[in-house]
Amino acid sequence: MMIVAGQSQSAYFLEEELPSTERSHTLSVLVDNEPGVLARVVGLFSGRGYNIESLTVSEIEHSSHMSRITIVTTGRPPVISQIMHQLGRLVPVHKVVNLTWAGDALERELALVKVSGRGEIRDEALRLAQAFNARIVDATLDSYVFEITGAPADIDRFVGLMKDCGLVELARTGLAALARGKAGI
Amino acid sequence: MTRQMTGAEMVIQALIDQGVDTIFGYPGGAVLPIFDELFQQEEVRHILVRHEQGAGHAAEGYARSTGKVGVALATSGPGATNMVTALTDALLDSIPMVCITGQVPTTLIGTDAFQEADTVGITRPCTKHNWLVRRIEDLPAILHEAFRIATTGRPGPVLVDIPKNIQFQMGTYDNCKDKALTQYHPAVKGSDAAIREAVELMAAAKKPILYTGGGVINSGPKAVALLRDLVKMTGFPITSTLMGLGAYPASGKNWLGMLGMHGTYEANLAMHDCDVMVCIGARFDDRITGRIDAFSPKSKKIHIDIDPSSINKNVVVDLPIVGDVGSVLEDIIAAWNARKPVQDKAAHAAWWKQIDGWRAKKCLAYRPSAEAIMPQYAIERLHALTAGRDTYITTEVGQHQMWAAQYFGFEEPNRFMTSGGLGTMGYGLPAAIGTQLAHPGALVIDIAGDASIQMNIQELSTAVQHNAPVKAFILNNQYMGMVRQWQQLLHGNRLSHSYVDSQPDFVRLAEAYGAVGIRCSKPADLDDAIEEMIRIDRPVLFDCHVVSLANCFPMIPSGKAHNEMLLGTDVSDEEIETAIGAAGKVLV
Repeated sequence: MMIVAGQSQSAYFLEEELPSTERSHTLSVLVDNEPGVLARVVGLFSGRGYNIESLTVSEIEHSSHMSRITIVTTGRPPVISQIMHQLGRLVPVHKVVNLTWAGDALERELALVKVSGRGEIRDEALRLAQAFNARIVDATLDSYVFEITGAPADIDRFVGLMKDCGLVELARTGLAALARGKAGI
Repeated sequence: MTRQMTGAEMVIQALIDQGVDTIFGYPGGAVLPIFDELFQQEEVRHILVRHEQGAGHAAEGYARSTGKVGVALATSGPGATNMVTALTDALLDSIPMVCITGQVPTTLIGTDAFQEADTVGITRPCTKHNWLVRRIEDLPAILHEAFRIATTGRPGPVLVDIPKNIQFQMGTYDNCKDKALTQYHPAVKGSDAAIREAVELMAAAKKPILYTGGGVINSGPKAVALLRDLVKMTGFPITSTLMGLGAYPASGKNWLGMLGMHGTYEANLAMHDCDVMVCIGARFDDRITGRIDAFSPKSKKIHIDIDPSSINKNVVVDLPIVGDVGSVLEDIIAAWNARKPVQDKAAHAAWWKQIDGWRAKKCLAYRPSAEAIMPQYAIERLHALTAGRDTYITTEVGQHQMWAAQYFGFEEPNRFMTSGGLGTMGYGLPAAIGTQLAHPGALVIDIAGDASIQMNIQELSTAVQHNAPVKAFILNNQYMGMVRQWQQLLHGNRLSHSYVDSQPDFVRLAEAYGAVGIRCSKPADLDDAIEEMIRIDRPVLFDCHVVSLANCFPMIPSGKAHNEMLLGTDVSDEEIETAIGAAGKVLV
């Protein structure tokens, strides 16, 4: 399902045959990169009682001042559809796409993971990092910082294992997501 | 054509280019350059109010009675925060409004400067869109875009916050009235397939109903005319929300009265029992639906709305049509005429017979009194004595508002200005002033309550200063009547703080303001007193003493369905006090 500013947004054609269970949805929102646009989107979620599991925002096209906001939220299809329509009526919003409904989207996140320790635990951390294709971006005699990129679930698994390997701290970027195939948003 | 001018001049020039003749405002440090420009020109009339909330509601009254944009002007900090209620009111009732606020100079933003507030931050959730203008180059396009956004699609309030140094700065003004700054272009035309299907559903209906709302009036006179054609063409019964009153005349033979919490018995039961419901420019608000899981259980629902987010928000509908009411009704009527459907005459006759049975309940009947004025009687007399005049009605919020909606028959659109969505006490008097200034020769009456009128009573001074001969017709029962009614319904009749002690003497108050005060407490004197009020060509406070404990009926108690109404004449105090169950108590 896609909502495009200015195009007929009749739910009549778009909202049939949706699964009816609550699940997590990834929304891509193309917006004008202007002051306050993120506050508008976030305020809409808090004001109307929707939750945000993850939110990523960055300018994607400097010349046209466009940003892409990727939001992960949870709800049943009517709620998700209402969220999309509420987003769609914000003035700076150009497009709202539900990548989950579009099917099998590419979802990636980057995390920096700091662990500390010596001896066996340090070796174990290094072995696991290799198994997960994490890169070492900083090392001291008693610490590592790993960089890992992957689907959020993979990062969850890696971070879970690092808890037993001297995890000190963690920074995650939030989700970047695109639909597969040749078509653009 | 471009010209060099200051930011403050650009504001005035943009107003002129947009055809604005009247604005409502209050000066202050951060808007002084704009007020200086106002002083030096004669094309835009500025109405000085007494509180910025009054400016906002006056702009709303102006907008709703004309169909044009209402414009308000306020200073930074408290000027802007005082405007918040009016902006929220305009957002909930979809009123086109442009609010211009001054801001501290850009160099002081973020320093907690004197009269600094984060105006765009505070007003972000209560405007359709807003801007803080940081560069003079952006100002002309933003000013014109503000008008375009306020009026396009679902109308609403828009705010432009202009720092004082930008108001002084020189720049190039371009009349970019018809250029779009943003990509905002809502769809106007409904889908052809959906319209064809709507015609099929309507043609086959055996128990149809039209449920209309403020969207019809917002769409404009063409939509109103088309709605009346649609009723004539289909013969369907029609009801309306509070916001849509007057789109179809109250004297029309297909009119069922208003629906919803204080709607008529016939309108609500017809909504409950219908088989095809056509919702036109309304939004299934909780005041309309009552208990949502028992709302019109047997009907196919068609929903025409320009805002896609209104579709399936509260009630899941069978056939949504996203588009402007005027455009969609035009297409529906054309499709109907092309198809020339044969309606089930027998079914329609049976449906009308059923409706006539509900009408026979006479749900708006009340016990008359020869000693004291019944509030319903006061509205009936006000309606009768103003019929045939060029009359506009505004209201405050509460029992008097519902009695106005029930007993004052509105024949034309844009004649009833009331705070529907937000329920803002204090709306009516400033809205009446805005209405009066847009229609100088008309009779403008604010039907008020004794509590509500005091929320913006200071605007009486505005009315006197600007020769706006508005009439505040106060149904004075010494209570916040609707609060008292709900305390009786929900809280064992413990009337916590709903009695208004130490009420002012409204007659002397009017005189203190330089207006006229009239008091009436006997039914026998009422007609003469109302006639006198109408004759006086000055602002009037009419203190109409009515019985103090009347309840507003009929009523769908909170948490109940359309077919579980309380009617006025045959309901006991005990029934009132047990009408709302535990689940309904937590609802508003």
